[in-house]
Amino acid sequence: MLSIKNLHARVEDKEILKGLNLEVKAGEVHAIMGPNGAGKSSLASVLAGRENYEVTEGSVTLDGKDILEMAPEERAREGVFLAFQYPIEIPGVSNINFLKTALNEIRTHRGLDPMTAKEFLQKSKEKQALVEFDAKLVNRSLNEGFSGGEKKRNEIFQLAMLEPKLAILDETDSGLDIDALRIVSRGVNKLRSENNAFILITHYQRLLDYIVPDYVHVLSDGKIVKTGGKELALELEEKGYDWLK
Amino acid sequence: MTTKQLESPLYESLQAQFEIVSLQDQHEATKAYRTQAMETFRALGFPSIKNEEWRFANVLPLVKTTYEVSADKNAQISEETLAHAQSLIAAHKEDILPKLKGEEKGAYRLVTINGVFSKELSFLPDNAGITISTIGEAVDHPGYQEYFGKIVTLENNAFASLNSAMFTDGLFIELKANTVLDMPIHIIKVKLASGNALFQPRNLFIVRKNAQMDVIETYISDADNEAAILINGVSEIALEENAHFFHYDIQKGCKNIRKIQRNEAVQQKHSNYSNYTFTFPGSSFTRNNLTIHLNDEAIESHLYGLYLTAGEQLVDNHTEVHHKKPNGESNQLYKGIIMDKSKAVFNGKIYVYEDAQKTNAFQQSNNVLFSEQATVHAKPQLEIFADDVKCSHGTTIGQLNKEAIFYLKSRGIGEEQAKQLMVKAFAFDVAEKIKIPALRSYVEEMIIEEMKGH
Ligand SMILES: Nc1ncnc2c1ncn2[C@@H]1O[C@H](COP(=O)(O)OP(=O)(O)OP(=O)(O)O)[C@@H](O)[C@H]1O
Ligand SMILES: [Mg+2]
Repeated sequence: MLSIKNLHARVEDKEILKGLNLEVKAGEVHAIMGPNGAGKSSLASVLAGRENYEVTEGSVTLDGKDILEMAPEERAREGVFLAFQYPIEIPGVSNINFLKTALNEIRTHRGLDPMTAKEFLQKSKEKQALVEFDAKLVNRSLNEGFSGGEKKRNEIFQLAMLEPKLAILDETDSGLDIDALRIVSRGVNKLRSENNAFILITHYQRLLDYIVPDYVHVLSDGKIVKTGGKELALELEEKGYDWLK
Repeated sequence: MTTKQLESPLYESLQAQFEIVSLQDQHEATKAYRTQAMETFRALGFPSIKNEEWRFANVLPLVKTTYEVSADKNAQISEETLAHAQSLIAAHKEDILPKLKGEEKGAYRLVTINGVFSKELSFLPDNAGITISTIGEAVDHPGYQEYFGKIVTLENNAFASLNSAMFTDGLFIELKANTVLDMPIHIIKVKLASGNALFQPRNLFIVRKNAQMDVIETYISDADNEAAILINGVSEIALEENAHFFHYDIQKGCKNIRKIQRNEAVQQKHSNYSNYTFTFPGSSFTRNNLTIHLNDEAIESHLYGLYLTAGEQLVDNHTEVHHKKPNGESNQLYKGIIMDKSKAVFNGKIYVYEDAQKTNAFQQSNNVLFSEQATVHAKPQLEIFADDVKCSHGTTIGQLNKEAIFYLKSRGIGEEQAKQLMVKAFAFDVAEKIKIPALRSYVEEMIIEEMKGH
């Protein structure tokens, strides 16, 4: 599904990713851990197409297609979804209208008809239930005045609605209370399938108790420095990152 | 003439035309008013950019043109013009009226063609509580005698003075006490000219005690027309005790239109005047002067502005709010989206007089620059002579939030649509102030429409 080869990227003349390799297959869940400032969010940004990152070397393909050449919206339509570490508030843009627009853009790209208002409502209800997202929030302005946890849940609600191939969750667990964490994890587990894949960026092994990963990677100083199974997360929790340097 | 004035052949030709207009006027009081206004105009001349009030609105190109001046008070509309107007109105109705809940169901219609009121094309309220006539026909009306020429400030207003001296047409609308109109009046102003033309419409709106009306003004001109049309309009507006007047001015014209409009209102106790001046791409030069006098206690005034500008357009909004008595509330919200090489100006003055204790006066002007070549000049000016008041003002000029656009794009929404969503959101708090749902959706759709390709 996703193939990252020797990826180098910089932001404002500072090299952040320094030859990163990662292979993610359909149906898999990969966790990425690593110290603050290692480049985890940067990797997510590069995959999503944030403009201030410049890729200087390497390649990224999604099902064989070069996504680095694509605009952010094209990547999204191809099935890339980033749940942001810090979702932005956009006053005046209604959450639900925004989602409807996004969903229909993606459907059009896939050769499907736009959803009718009724179908959309139905789907929205279903997914709200799945991630236990408050109906009141659905009708508000996008993230405006949402609590930190509500913003994170909104990201997962969007994920559920848009059904991407590849979902990258950047510290979605940070700032979630224990109930929310359980709900979000349950949602993600229900969304997991043979046809999609997840990359979970996290600092806490706790999340991985709920969403069990196939692989755990350590990203440090712009590269993957260690890869293991889910037991690696436990080891990291115990020993920290210093022993890997 | 000082350097604050412009030399122009138009100035000379207007002097000559004035004699004709004046001779035609049979009404002594009006004639005297014209003469006095002409003197004021002569003394002022056309303002140059050295005049602080016109610093960013250069009228030189406007007054360098020579125009056919509509001096003939009894001008008739030719068959041909009428037919042409009719077809343009039909198209305009397609555009706006269905949104006003179907033809002739959602709004009354009042049509003027080159300033001449066309009863034939109008659909007027059948209500004894309202008087609608041309300004010329109204001279003997008590409302005219009471208010005409008594509201608009000529001092330091060359264009208003010129209008007062030389207007030949316009509307008189009076709503009698306790009359509440069931539907808005949609005034459609058709401007057609084969050569360069100067129009100077003069309107008087009177809303008597406890009366309420909504007026929507829109403009039609011929897109294919090359002739320069200069409109120098003045509307005087009077609101008596507890009167409510919701006044919508939806400005969208063709490139050949240049427009200078002065709306000046006087308000009595407990009245509410709400003005919505929404300007869209089109007309090359637009200057709106909106002045409100809160002459009594406990008055509400709302000034909502939206300007979405494109091409090389200039849109300049000057507001003046005069709080003269206690417990008044004024609220100004102006939002601009400035695209291409266009230029926008907002100058908002608030005066709180010594007597006007417990005044609440707010002013906000927010602007989004959509291109590197777009410019905006926004300036609040507050002069406060009372001590127990709440006043605030704020001005912002910025770009669309790039992070927000990235967020929208990262969900599959294309660049153009993402920007549209953001602009709609930006304009939302002004658009939502429109009390007529059909008009609101018309305006919102127009925002999207006009932004296409930007
Ligand atoms: N716009 C920018 N300009 C300069 N440096 C930047 C910019 N964005 C990110 N960086 C730097 O890139 C490095 C990697 O940041 P990144 O956000 O990817 O780290 P992270 O691994 O996600 O950290 P955390 O665990 O704290 O979220 C940091 O040193 C950061 O300061
Ligand atoms: Mg991060």
